Amino acid sequence: MTAGYEIVDHTYDVVVVGAGGAGLRATLGLAEAGLETACITKVFPTRSHTVAAQGGISAALGNMGEDDWRWHMYDTVKGSDWLGDQDAIEYMCKEAPSAVIELEHYGVPFSRTEEGRIYQRPFGGMSTHFGKGTAQRTCAAADRTGHAMLHALYQQSLRHDATFYIEYFAIDLIMDDGVCRGVIAIDLADGRIHRYRCQTVILATGGYGRAYFSCTSAHTCTGDGNAMVLRAGLPLQDMEFVQFHPTGIYGAGCLITEGVRGEGGYLTNSDNERFMERYAPNAKDLASRDVVSRSMTIEIREGRGVGEENDHLYLNLQHLGSEVIDERLPGIAETAKIFAGVDVTREPIPVLPTVHYNMGGIPTNYHGEVLTTVDGEDRVVPGLMAAGEAACVSVHGANRLGSNSLLDLVVFGRAAARRCAETLQPGARQPELQEQSGDEGLDRLDTLRNAKGSTPTADIRLRMQKCMQEHAAVFRTGDLLRAGIEQLREIHASFADVSVSDRSLIWNTDLVETLELQNLLDQAMATISAAEHRTESRGAQAREDYPDRDDDNWMKHILTWIDSGGSVRFGYRDVTLDTLTDDVEAIPPKARVY
Amino acid sequence: MADSAEIARLRWRCRRGMRELDLLMDGWLTRSYGSASAEQRQAFGELLECPDPQLLMWLTGREIPADPVTAELIDAIRERR
Repeated sequence: MTAGYEIVDHTYDVVVVGAGGAGLRATLGLAEAGLETACITKVFPTRSHTVAAQGGISAALGNMGEDDWRWHMYDTVKGSDWLGDQDAIEYMCKEAPSAVIELEHYGVPFSRTEEGRIYQRPFGGMSTHFGKGTAQRTCAAADRTGHAMLHALYQQSLRHDATFYIEYFAIDLIMDDGVCRGVIAIDLADGRIHRYRCQTVILATGGYGRAYFSCTSAHTCTGDGNAMVLRAGLPLQDMEFVQFHPTGIYGAGCLITEGVRGEGGYLTNSDNERFMERYAPNAKDLASRDVVSRSMTIEIREGRGVGEENDHLYLNLQHLGSEVIDERLPGIAETAKIFAGVDVTREPIPVLPTVHYNMGGIPTNYHGEVLTTVDGEDRVVPGLMAAGEAACVSVHGANRLGSNSLLDLVVFGRAAARRCAETLQPGARQPELQEQSGDEGLDRLDTLRNAKGSTPTADIRLRMQKCMQEHAAVFRTGDLLRAGIEQLREIHASFADVSVSDRSLIWNTDLVETLELQNLLDQAMATISAAEHRTESRGAQAREDYPDRDDDNWMKHILTWIDSGGSVRFGYRDVTLDTLTDDVEAIPPKARVY
Repeated sequence: MADSAEIARLRWRCRRGMRELDLLMDGWLTRSYGSASAEQRQAFGELLECPDPQLLMWLTGREIPADPVTAELIDAIRERR
């Protein structure tokens, strides 16, 4: 081991990395099953980004009228633009009601109907009778569903004696001949290195929104698990599929809810034109997220953006009056004032399509087991699992529906725990780790802590974010993507010249941000490269030069490997078009029209 | 320049689950913590222990903290002073 670091060794049955909804649900299930379980997290569990999920969680409970998990499955397959795997989607939608009832038993205070049942509201893309009616399928705990879930799952995990390592940053997986044997992490409070030996590691490390300049995600969303998988020589899947929210505040990224347009807010360009009327004459400003984001991007590209650099647009709600704004859109006026400096009763809010969710991630089956391919055949990676936004099961395919993300977290966090309970023996003997296990990760950390280059971390990060925003956002063409790849290669290489000013080992945010930047750079490269490779438009991937979906050639997942120099290699996996059981028929591809 | 150990710890705790809170809490730490009174510093440390939804309610003015020092600090964080 690299000299000068104190190493602390641990042995567990399972180690979960990440304490958002998926990590906590897995941790709880593992501890409940009698497995010695550790959960490592870089921020306190209830400060994970799941806390920002305010919308709710979908499940065909049928509390507000008829509903059927098969309809939920249809909506999810259609929403995915037929890139989702139908076995996994069947599993998720069928398991949803029991997963939500379970959350209720764990203490999540769902809003209720007068009869005392869980209240459910409609959400975009959720239908009854296979697209004919409108479903009320989304359960919420007021506007703090994510927080309520985190709180309940954390308390339950503690009750079952799971061990938490809080404010620990995971550095790398410990791999031994293609098998995952554990993970190493640094305790941010004292700089000691912890080496965890375990039968299985579950990565629940979330998305990587911060690869882009404008994202709605918290600073902590850097996809550390995804990058650890790449460094272990394993692929990521469907990385080109990035969901944008149309109205992030320009510069700050903070989300302005769709509810603003629902209440009559509208977008304008530099000609003061309500341009959505041209792109979607019926739905106008209420068209679906991808349509509005794309229209906004075209307006900006054609020179009708606003501001000094003509690079954003205006969201107007001045006409609504302060009473309506205060009553129906609580917090919006203050958010706009704080983050855009505007008084919404007098001025429009500057907005920009903003990265909101990553459909791509670590390929897994519906048990949460991580997959790679060998000679074109799926192969489970022993000892490694993933769940939540980090994973690509794939239930969201090319586009995620609102309120399906919280469902994904609990269903597949639970599935991973169940799989471990079935396949692992509590306390089973584990092979000794080799003396040098984890050295590569520690060497990397040590090199970066002492990095004496000339470019600050923040400068490289900003260049990467601007490059991704300009070349791999909503508007994509082959030429633009190739130019972006060229530029990103140079930025990726410039990391060798990074400078880290803080050499300490105690609460060294500078060092952590540098490790996170390295993680982001690989994921950015995977994203833009896969976007260039996929010559079709499907879901969140809109290629101007290939405007149609191409099922003959592209109804498949792209796997992306990246080596340490940033070179990219692709592979493919078939989309699973067969269902898991005979309880439901497969949903054959057709045009995705709403 | 590297932070002092105390500020370094607080800086990490400014990592929240919501972007709005990241920007506001880290902003105040960088801008004003150095010149803040002992009372304000303590109140800031306590704020960082609050659940994110509560912090958001206060910072977007939908609720006001009962403690006057905390209320004044919330105003300062929100008004970027």
